[in-house]
Amino acid sequence: MNEKILDSKNVSVSFRINGELQTALHKISVSIKRGEVLALVGESGSGKSTLAMSIMGLHNAEQTEVTGSITLDGHELIGLTERQFDQYRGVRVGMIFQDPLSSLNPLMKIGEQISEAIVVHDKNAPNLKGHVQRLLTDVGIINPKRVAQQYPHELSGGMRQRVMIAIALSNEPDLIIADEPTTALDATIQAQILDLIKEIQLKKNAGILLITHDLGVVAETADTVAVMYAGQIVEQADVEELFANPKHPYTRSLLRADPSNVSPGEELYAISGTVPALKDMDHSKDLFLQRIPWLSDDVVNATIDEELEVVGDNHFVRGNAWKTFEFLDVTEKGHAK
Amino acid sequence: MWQTILRRILIMIPQIILVSILIFMLAQLMPGDPFYGNLNPNSDPATIERLRHAAGLDLPWYQQYFKWIGNVLHGDLGTSYVVNKGWTVTRIIGQRIWPTLSMGIIATILTYFLAITQALVSARNENKWIDRTFIVWNTMTSAVPSFVFYFIMMVLFVYIIPVFPSSGTGIDDTQSFFVNFFSNLRYAFLPALTIALFSTNSIYQYLRSNLLDQQAQDYVRTARAKGVQIKDVFRKHILRNAFLPIASQIGYSITGVLGGAMFAETVFGYPGIGALFVQALSGRDYTVITAVMLLQGILALLGGLLSDIISAWVDPRIRVK
Ligand SMILES: Nc1ncnc2c1ncn2[C@@H]1O[C@H](COP(=O)(O)OP(=O)(O)OP(=O)(O)O)[C@@H](O)[C@H]1O
Ligand SMILES: [Mg+2]
Repeated sequence: MNEKILDSKNVSVSFRINGELQTALHKISVSIKRGEVLALVGESGSGKSTLAMSIMGLHNAEQTEVTGSITLDGHELIGLTERQFDQYRGVRVGMIFQDPLSSLNPLMKIGEQISEAIVVHDKNAPNLKGHVQRLLTDVGIINPKRVAQQYPHELSGGMRQRVMIAIALSNEPDLIIADEPTTALDATIQAQILDLIKEIQLKKNAGILLITHDLGVVAETADTVAVMYAGQIVEQADVEELFANPKHPYTRSLLRADPSNVSPGEELYAISGTVPALKDMDHSKDLFLQRIPWLSDDVVNATIDEELEVVGDNHFVRGNAWKTFEFLDVTEKGHAK
Repeated sequence: MWQTILRRILIMIPQIILVSILIFMLAQLMPGDPFYGNLNPNSDPATIERLRHAAGLDLPWYQQYFKWIGNVLHGDLGTSYVVNKGWTVTRIIGQRIWPTLSMGIIATILTYFLAITQALVSARNENKWIDRTFIVWNTMTSAVPSFVFYFIMMVLFVYIIPVFPSSGTGIDDTQSFFVNFFSNLRYAFLPALTIALFSTNSIYQYLRSNLLDQQAQDYVRTARAKGVQIKDVFRKHILRNAFLPIASQIGYSITGVLGGAMFAETVFGYPGIGALFVQALSGRDYTVITAVMLLQGILALLGGLLSDIISAWVDPRIRVK
């Protein structure tokens, strides 16, 4: 099965901020096949959640402009009304969020919160209780009867995230979006949740969009990786290829800054500077180059091709800088090839 | 749950004792006593002394306290010296408490009704004209000095559009309970409405910002991601979370009933406990003053208890097993 379950083309998102439209995503194109895990990585503020919310149709319609095309199993999502979108949310796409405590209603029992996800799409769902318990069992909860009667505050962080996953799975979606599903959890629990996500990938044959800034998670879970910077994709490749052969200076910096790549005693590397503010993003340039101090102004300010360049089998890179310079890393001066 | 309540009630006992001592001391600190000024200014100091002695006012304070509290425990709050001279305080309060209670209940219901409906409409229409109108109106009612506000209400509804009687409670001992109940409504409504309009603002603002806050919470996003319609998310998720802190406030609101009643009852000539307290204060009617303050103290403690019970009942995070 190689069909694309999610296919987004040239998705741009702008927020109305103080009456002015500011672009947060610029022409993003990604696709996910059934059974594939696509990891979306990038620093805070690069627009990962913004893309996820566009797929879910959860942006505030009055304050946000979404253009381009997002199809789910061939159905166009952009331009749907709220009511039409409700036919997809929770049924065809399920979503898991970062903080499972705040993402669950504190005043509602776990069982109710899961059954709501089922009932909202099927008022006469048979054997609701049994269904809820089966879902809880599926996500590795041992005493589903009891947990269904509990409130979110009575569960541990890992259990809560399992409940969130149960909610996302409740209608057997074609696509699961997990926005930093393990960031709020401690290391051992993280590993368990990731195992669970991988297990789901195998069993349910759904596509998974996994948002994270933990490259360890990517290496362990993903099939393909899209690296985002300042609202654009700067590099995309299969996971082995990307780790073995990173091209774009941003990808290289991320790999270098990954704590799991640092041997003991070595100083942890941090990328200097921050993602520019939305209003300072000129998407006709390779925006990351601004953060490399030794590059000359005409390289930094050069206008680049809109399309990503194909550099290998299923490997795409943005801009030209990587062709002309050898980036040892970003602060140390590199040299022309 | 029951254990928690029982424990809370037990804690109330020392609290009540403390409150009673405080009240007694406060009354002692007030300058003058019922026998000064009320008697003929030319009366013989020896006569005053004799009267004070008879009332026990020349004893040391703690002896007076124990005498007083002993009597209170036996249901004897003393006799009024000034307001209803010769009546027992129990009788006065017994007569005055019903009008205040009915007005307090109506005022509380009106306050919450007005605050809740306005907050709901506001939150669903944030920054639209209707929201702004409610904000301005509520700011106005609470910014106008209370005497001006009471005056306007009085003039408007008693004289210009005379729909409400100008004074009295409509309660008459010779009538049956039901007749009293309905005739009292007409008398109680205007002071209650005035109190309500005046006190809606804080609850309205609190609830409105609560509702807006809750709309931005993560669990709302989760519900939307399940495919629940916005209006159902509001009804099933947001409302309960937003009302939670208000629900426990309702308990405390009985604490404020007497305070609000003091002014309203005096202005609208509605003889309840509030008006009684004002009269008693100006006449230095100790027995009445201390009795009303004691009542207020007990109400405050009960209000706290009620709030705790409501919180524990509606919020699973507080609920004790
Ligand atoms: N509703 C909104 N209104 C205005 N600006 C927004 C809105 N949502 C996101 N942004 C802005 O868009 C940019 C991208 O935000 P987004 O949350 O998508 O980043 P992210 O990659 O998910 O970051 P993180 O790793 O911190 O979750 C940020 O600059 C953010 O401030
Ligand atoms: Mg995010």
